[in-house]
Amino acid sequence: MTGIEIESAAAQRGPLAMEAVSLSKDFRLGRGQTLHAVRDVSFNLYQGAVVALVGESGSGKSTVARMLAGQERTTSGSIRLDGQPVSVATRRAFRHYKSQVQLVFQDPFGSLNPAHTIRYHLERPVRLHQHKDSRVQVGKEVAALLEQVRLTPAEQYLGKYPHELSGGQRQRVSFARALAARPNVLLADEPVSMLDVSIRLEMLALLDDLRKRFQLALLYITHDIASARYFADEILVMYAGQIVERGPAEQVTQQPAHPYTQLLVASAPDPDNLGSALRGGSALRQPRLEATGPATTGCPFNPRCPFADDRCRQDNPPPQLVSALRSAACWHLDAAAAGVLAQAQERQA
Amino acid sequence: MLELRDFSVVYRAPGGEVKAVNRVNLKLNAGEVVGLAGESGSGKSTLVYAACRLLRAPAVISGGSVSYQGRRAPEPVEITKLHASDLQRLRWREIAIVFQSAMNALNPVLNVRDQLLDVIHAHLKMTRPDALEKASALLDLVGIPRSRLRSYPHELSGGMRQRVMIAMALAVDPEIVIMDEPTTALDVVVQRDILARIVELKDELGFSILFITHDLSLLLELSDRIAVMYAGQLIEIGTAAQLHHEAAHPYTMGLLNSFPSLHGPRRDLAGIPGSPPDLRSLPPGCPFLPRCGYGTDACTGIDMNLAPVRSSSDPAHVTACPFVLPDTPVPERARALVGQPDLEARP
Repeated sequence: MTGIEIESAAAQRGPLAMEAVSLSKDFRLGRGQTLHAVRDVSFNLYQGAVVALVGESGSGKSTVARMLAGQERTTSGSIRLDGQPVSVATRRAFRHYKSQVQLVFQDPFGSLNPAHTIRYHLERPVRLHQHKDSRVQVGKEVAALLEQVRLTPAEQYLGKYPHELSGGQRQRVSFARALAARPNVLLADEPVSMLDVSIRLEMLALLDDLRKRFQLALLYITHDIASARYFADEILVMYAGQIVERGPAEQVTQQPAHPYTQLLVASAPDPDNLGSALRGGSALRQPRLEATGPATTGCPFNPRCPFADDRCRQDNPPPQLVSALRSAACWHLDAAAAGVLAQAQERQA
Repeated sequence: MLELRDFSVVYRAPGGEVKAVNRVNLKLNAGEVVGLAGESGSGKSTLVYAACRLLRAPAVISGGSVSYQGRRAPEPVEITKLHASDLQRLRWREIAIVFQSAMNALNPVLNVRDQLLDVIHAHLKMTRPDALEKASALLDLVGIPRSRLRSYPHELSGGMRQRVMIAMALAVDPEIVIMDEPTTALDVVVQRDILARIVELKDELGFSILFITHDLSLLLELSDRIAVMYAGQLIEIGTAAQLHHEAAHPYTMGLLNSFPSLHGPRRDLAGIPGSPPDLRSLPPGCPFLPRCGYGTDACTGIDMNLAPVRSSSDPAHVTACPFVLPDTPVPERARALVGQPDLEARP
């Protein structure tokens, strides 16, 4: 992030694994129009730590994952893995990179090939990335992978096709496939949002278990900020391609500083709030949020922000430190997050 | 207004009958919001579609009755016995459905105006200018600018499409609106906005809502009463407060423990181990037994009828589990069954 030095709440978990430095991605829309999908995004991933990237659809979070996975060229900025700049220019380099960084997709129904068995899905990456050739070795490794994602007994699943498995089982196969490359970094793009609520938790617990066991550096992309609270060390909140707030998971969710994060948190269903505005009839009277997309000049959130003034409509605020571990990009932090700032100062004093 | 009695639906399949809905009793009163919660495959969509006779073979209504009573139909109507023409009058005019994916439920080659006009002309006698005015008013109702009347579905965002779906459902002033996961594909902020709008409209226009979703946290906040469905059967019905604080069925407890909450202190989360049973060959007794931490041998002998919760003062709070009460301690064994439950504490 330009201008400020911020420590990551995830840093204490382990050594630095991957750095994204000022990543940007533009998509040309034709007729001279450009979509700035990702703008100047920087963050670090650490071994054994979970960083969550939270945002609504269209905020650019999946584009970030695809760039980190080497599947999308960056418009500007760089990616470093273990301190080395990443190059995926050649086939060979790309494959080598892939054996260190793996991506898990959102949709377990679409990301497995319906014409192939589970055995096929797992044997291929084992052969490609672990360079094992003997049939016995590969078979052993595949069985171990299924064991790791708790699809046991393995023989029962090897011959099955994706359609014979439930959504949760399919996502387990996706995890196993990603692990087959023995990666250091796992990028999980909405890994549980297609699954039933009752199964999500089990899958997150499994991911967490894998993270611990293999000291994976995990990027968890989600639109569900509540799950990020439980699962992540650090939360990055994205809006319109920018990181608008970042900090330790518990702090960001309990005392959001940026107005957008505040809106996100306020919008999450709150079962304890039984007499909520939703049921009182006089439902929250907010301006219609959806009709206004992100602004193209100034702070992207200004059309929806209660604190917006002329400055917000003209200049895009840079990230500002809230505390050593937290930052938020807002001109009006003193008004939007007065309590948070006061507490941070108190802690310093 | 709508009452289902011993309602059952089966899918006739080569490998045997799939009992998708099994002897369901449910009532929807005027002006009420009833939530129907359950995992995918629990039969919740089948239940309401079958109740509106929207399912075709191999789905067959194998028993029970659905009776409807409303302001325009003071005498109870038995939906399962209606003729096609009467059924056509009943659907949309009395009971409207907001389907799950707005993406697929809207016609991609008609613009919003024509789709709204279609509905209005099919059910009401109206001149074209009046109908046009009505269509515009409907868009106002759901908070979409009138200039969008000529837009095609692909030109609208997901949230807007969902709003159009709601506008269409409300087009001819129905008494009951069934919402099948209307906000599942949407962002939380948009979801909240739409739910708030739905509640406002309900109070303004006075319809009842049957809200189907797998997200129990949402239902707790939104509905008056909640029915929890598992493997084609209702296993607990109660008010939102009862379910939240005194859930009596182990499955409901499991669901409540499954979603991370954003507000309040961090609690231990457990989730539900295992996966739903195969509906083709249900074991005798309780279908939840293999996943249940409280299960005993006696569970294979129960009849799954809903009975009032013994410790509750409200006889309308019913559960299918005769053994477990809200304060029954979790057996040691259950912890082991759940596996690695709590995600360790984070900074």
